[in-house]
Amino acid sequence: MFDVAVIGCGITGAAVACALARREVSVVVLEAENDVAMGTTKANSAILHAGYDPEPGTRMAKWNVRGAALAKELCEALDVPRKQIGSLVLAFTDEEVPHLEKLLANGIANGVEGLRILTAQEVAEMEPHLAPVKAALYAPSAAIVNPWEYAIALAENAVENGAQVRLSSAVTGAERTEQGWLLHTKTGDVEARFVVNAAGVRAGEVHEMAAPRSFETHPCRGEYYLLDKCEGTRVSHVIFQCPNKLGKGVLVSPTVHGNLIVGPNADDANSVANTASGLAFVAETARKSVPDVDLRQNIRNFAGVRANTDQSDFIFGFAAPGFLDLAGMKSPGLTAAPAAAEDAVRVLEEAGLDAPAKADPVTTRRKIRFRELSDEERAKLTAERPEYGRVICRCETITEGEIIDACREVIPPCSIDGVKRRAGSGMGRCQGGFCGPRVMEILSRECGLDPLAIPQDGTGSYILTGHTKEGGTRHE
Amino acid sequence: MSEKVYDVVVVGGGPAGLAAALSAKENGAESVLILERDHELGGILNQCIHSGFGLQWFKEELTGPEYAGRFIAQLEGTGIETALDTMVLSLDAQTHTVHAVSRTEGFRSIRGRAIVLAMGCRERTRGAIGTPGMRCSGVFTAGTAQRYVNMEGYMVGRRVLILGSGDIGLIMARRMTLEGAKVLACVEVMPYSGGLARNIAQCLDDFGIPLYLSHTIVDIQGDRRVERAVVAQVDEHRRPIPGTEITFDCDTILLSVGLIPENELTRGAGVEIDARTNGAVVRENMETESEGVFACGNVLHVHDLVDYVTAESRRAGAAAAAYARGERAEGGEITLKNGAGIGYTVPQRVRVQNCEKGVDVFFRVRAVYDGDLRIAAYSGGERIAAFRRTHLAPGEMERVTLPRAILEKAGEEITLCVEEGAT
Amino acid sequence: MRELVCIVCPKGCRLRVDEENDFAVTGNSCPRGAQYGREECTNPTRVVTSTVAVSGGVHPRCPVKTNAPIPKSKMFDVMAALDGLVIPAPVALGQVIVPDVCGTGVDIVATRSV
Repeated sequence: MFDVAVIGCGITGAAVACALARREVSVVVLEAENDVAMGTTKANSAILHAGYDPEPGTRMAKWNVRGAALAKELCEALDVPRKQIGSLVLAFTDEEVPHLEKLLANGIANGVEGLRILTAQEVAEMEPHLAPVKAALYAPSAAIVNPWEYAIALAENAVENGAQVRLSSAVTGAERTEQGWLLHTKTGDVEARFVVNAAGVRAGEVHEMAAPRSFETHPCRGEYYLLDKCEGTRVSHVIFQCPNKLGKGVLVSPTVHGNLIVGPNADDANSVANTASGLAFVAETARKSVPDVDLRQNIRNFAGVRANTDQSDFIFGFAAPGFLDLAGMKSPGLTAAPAAAEDAVRVLEEAGLDAPAKADPVTTRRKIRFRELSDEERAKLTAERPEYGRVICRCETITEGEIIDACREVIPPCSIDGVKRRAGSGMGRCQGGFCGPRVMEILSRECGLDPLAIPQDGTGSYILTGHTKEGGTRHE
Repeated sequence: MSEKVYDVVVVGGGPAGLAAALSAKENGAESVLILERDHELGGILNQCIHSGFGLQWFKEELTGPEYAGRFIAQLEGTGIETALDTMVLSLDAQTHTVHAVSRTEGFRSIRGRAIVLAMGCRERTRGAIGTPGMRCSGVFTAGTAQRYVNMEGYMVGRRVLILGSGDIGLIMARRMTLEGAKVLACVEVMPYSGGLARNIAQCLDDFGIPLYLSHTIVDIQGDRRVERAVVAQVDEHRRPIPGTEITFDCDTILLSVGLIPENELTRGAGVEIDARTNGAVVRENMETESEGVFACGNVLHVHDLVDYVTAESRRAGAAAAAYARGERAEGGEITLKNGAGIGYTVPQRVRVQNCEKGVDVFFRVRAVYDGDLRIAAYSGGERIAAFRRTHLAPGEMERVTLPRAILEKAGEEITLCVEEGAT
Repeated sequence: MRELVCIVCPKGCRLRVDEENDFAVTGNSCPRGAQYGREECTNPTRVVTSTVAVSGGVHPRCPVKTNAPIPKSKMFDVMAALDGLVIPAPVALGQVIVPDVCGTGVDIVATRSV
C-alpha cells in the first residue's frame, strides 16, 4: 500500500512525484511507456513561458508564473539545461499592436516582471534577422529548457528520495477500496490511499476509470522542424507571433542544445505523425517572422500532441475521493508543472495525506558534460577517467563516459532514444547514424540487454531483426 | 604535454587520409601523424565489403576492405604515426594546432607544420529531406544499415524499401536481398538515378527489384516500427501527384539520399567553404584559403570513386610535405567559375605558377546530357579549351585537365560550361 | 539484339549484343566489355561478396568474396553455403574460407584480416 500513486511520468507526474518524495510519503509512479518523459514532454516547444498569455485570475496564470520561478530553482539544483533568453511577441501590423498591449496588461496583472513593449528600432537591433515589425512585447523572464531532461531529473530525484517508478505499467482500471484505490496495471495491481492522475493526453481515460466523464479531451497535434546548429543563432530570443485562436502560433527559438526550433501548427489529431501540409504551414508561417530561416538545415521533424480539453483552464480537482486530476495540461503545462505539483501536495494534505517534510531529502544532481568543459577541465577529466576520452557521438561530442553515466542513472534507459534523452547522443545532424550502433553496444554491455531486444524508443520500436549467417538466407 | 611539431598532421584515416599521409612521407615529410576517430584505419571502406574498388588505381577489382588494406599495409616501415580512437575536437588554422581526445592519451594539443583535412562525409538523413509520417523505428540511412549488416552481423529488416538511388542504397538492395530480406523497390525522386549504371544493373536488375524514377515516399506509417510506406509519383517540380500513390507493406526503409562533406571542424576553424561542394575552397594543390591547411577526399567534395579520392589525396599530401619544408606557392590566381550546366569545380582557384604541366579539374554537371557534348572553358569571352563527351550525369564525377599553356592564356577567370550539339 | 549495361567498370557502357551474330558486342569501350557482353548472354557470372561469422575476433564478422566470378544462378546457393559457418580468429587476408564453393571450382576467401 502506497500513500500516493501517480499515474503518468511526463513532466507533470514527475514534478508531483518529486515534490511528494521530499515529504515522508511513499510514492509509486505508474508509467505506460518503457521510459519516463515519453509523451508530450518530449515533443513540445521547450519553452518556459513568462506568463503574460493566460487570463489573469485563472489557475493557468497562477501556475505559469509560479512554475517559471520554481523551474529556475529546480533546473539550477538538478543541473537541467535552462537558459533565460527572453521572448519577443511580434506585431507586424498596427492592428496587432493593441494585442501586445493586452498581453502586457495580462502579464502585469499576473505578476510577470520586466515586461516592456519595444519599438521597431529596438527589435531590429536585438534581432537583425526578423521581418520588419511595428512593435514587440519583450519578456526577459522567458526561458528555454531541455524538457525531457527536466522531467527525467525530477523523476530521478523522486527515486533518490524513495519513490518507485514502474515503467511499462499502463493503468487499465481503478477500483475504490476502503483505504483508497486499487489500480490495475500491465505489471500488476497497485494499492494506494491517494491517486494523482497526470496521464497527459490520456488523463480523460484515466479520469473515467474513477468517475463519470466531466471533461472532454481534444488532442491537438503540433509539428516542428529542428534545425542544425549552424542555424542556431539565427535568432537569440524566443520569437512568437501574436497569438490567435489556434494557440500561441508558430515560434522560432534557439534550443538549449544550440539548435533552432521552428513550430508548431495546430490541428485536431491525436497523432505524432508529420504531414506535408502541416510542415508547409509551419515553414510559411515561420518565414513571416524570420524570412531567411534556412529550413534546408532541418535535421529532424517531429510532432507532439497537446492535451487540450473542452475547458480553457487546466483541470485540477478530485474526480472522486482521493483521486486527483491534473488534466488538460496543455501549454504552458511544461512551465506550470512544479507549481501544479505544489498545489497537488497541498490539496492532498487537505484531504488527509500526512506529509511532513523529510529531514534531509536529496535536492541536487550533477552531470558531466564533456563538451561544456574547458580544455584544462577536459585534460584533467580524461587523465583521471579515460572513458571520457572516447567520443561516441561526434556531432554532439558525447563521450563514452557520459553514455555509461546515462546507463547507470537511477532510472536507467532501455532504448537508444532513452540514452539520447539522458546523454544527448544522437541529437545532432547525423541523427544517430554513426553513433547508434556504438550506443547500442554500450547500452547492451552496461545494462545487460540483448542488442536484438534494444528498441529505438518505445516498446515495439525494434531496430534489429536478427543475426546474419544464422540461417536467415532462405530464399523463395 | 608533447612539444613535438609534426611536419604533417592528417585528420582522418580513411582512404583520403591514408593516401595523403603516404604521399606526404614519400615527398619528404619527416614526421607524419594520422588521427583517426575509429578504432581502426580504413574509414568507411571497412564496411563496403562489395567489389568494384581499385580498377583505376590498382587496375584490378578489389573490395573496400582490400582497397583500404593495401594502403594500411603500405604504412608499414614508413614511420608514419597513427593515433586511433582519437577524435579531433577543434582546429586552429593559424597555428596549425589540433585539439584531440582519446581514451589512451586523454585531451591533447598537437601541432603540425601543415594540416591535411580528410574527415570524409556523412549521409543525409530523413530530416534533411523532410519525409512526412510517423517517426517509427526501421528508417535507416543506407550506410548505418550497411554497418549493422556487414560489420556487426545484424539484419535490420525483412521487407525493405529503398529511398534514393545513390550507390550505397543500390549496394544495400543487393546485400539485403542476398541475406534473405525482400527488397520491394527502389524509389528515386529525380527522373534519373543518382548511382552508377552498373549498380542499377547488378544490384537491382539482377534481382528483379523495380526502380521507380520520379517517385518519392509521401507517408511513413507504423505506430512503433515501420509498417507501410506510401509512394507517389512527382511532377517536374518534385511535388507529389495526387492519385498516383502506391502503398508498400514494409518494415524497413533505407535512405540513400546523398552525402554531405563533414566540415564542422573546417567551419569551426574559419576556413572558407564553398556552398556548392559544402567543402573547403581549394587551390590547385588542395590548399585551402587558410595557408598550410589542405583538404582532400569526401570532406572536400563527394566523389563517386575511391580511386579519384586516392589521386586527389596524394596531391594534397605532396603539397602538405612541400609546405612543411617551407616551400610556398606564389603567383596570381585564376578563379574557376561555374557556367551553364556545371554544378561545381574542384579546385576553385588555380595559381598558374604552381602548375607544372596543368591542373586536373574535377566537377559535376547539373543534369543528364547525352549526345555530342563539349565541356568548354571560356576566359575573357573567348573559348580557350573544349573537351568532347557523349554522356554526362550528376551522379558521375567528371574531370578535365587544363594544360599550363591554356592556363597561361587565361585572364583572372575561367568559366567551365556544358555545350550541347556539335560546335 | 540485347541491350545491357556493362558492369565491368564504373563507366557503365551501354552494350548491344547481337545474339544472332555470334554475340557480337558494340557500344563497349574496352575488350573486357566485349567479353562481358558475350558472357552475360551465354553464361552470366558474378562475384559474390558477403561475410562469415568469426569467433574470438575483434569483429564478429569477416568480409569474404568468391575469388573468381561464379555462375549467376548459383549466387543464392553460395550465400546458403556461408550460412551457419563460424571461423575461428585469427583470419588472414586471402585465407580460403570455403574451397570449391558449391562445386563451382571457385573459393570463398577472406578480404581482410580479423
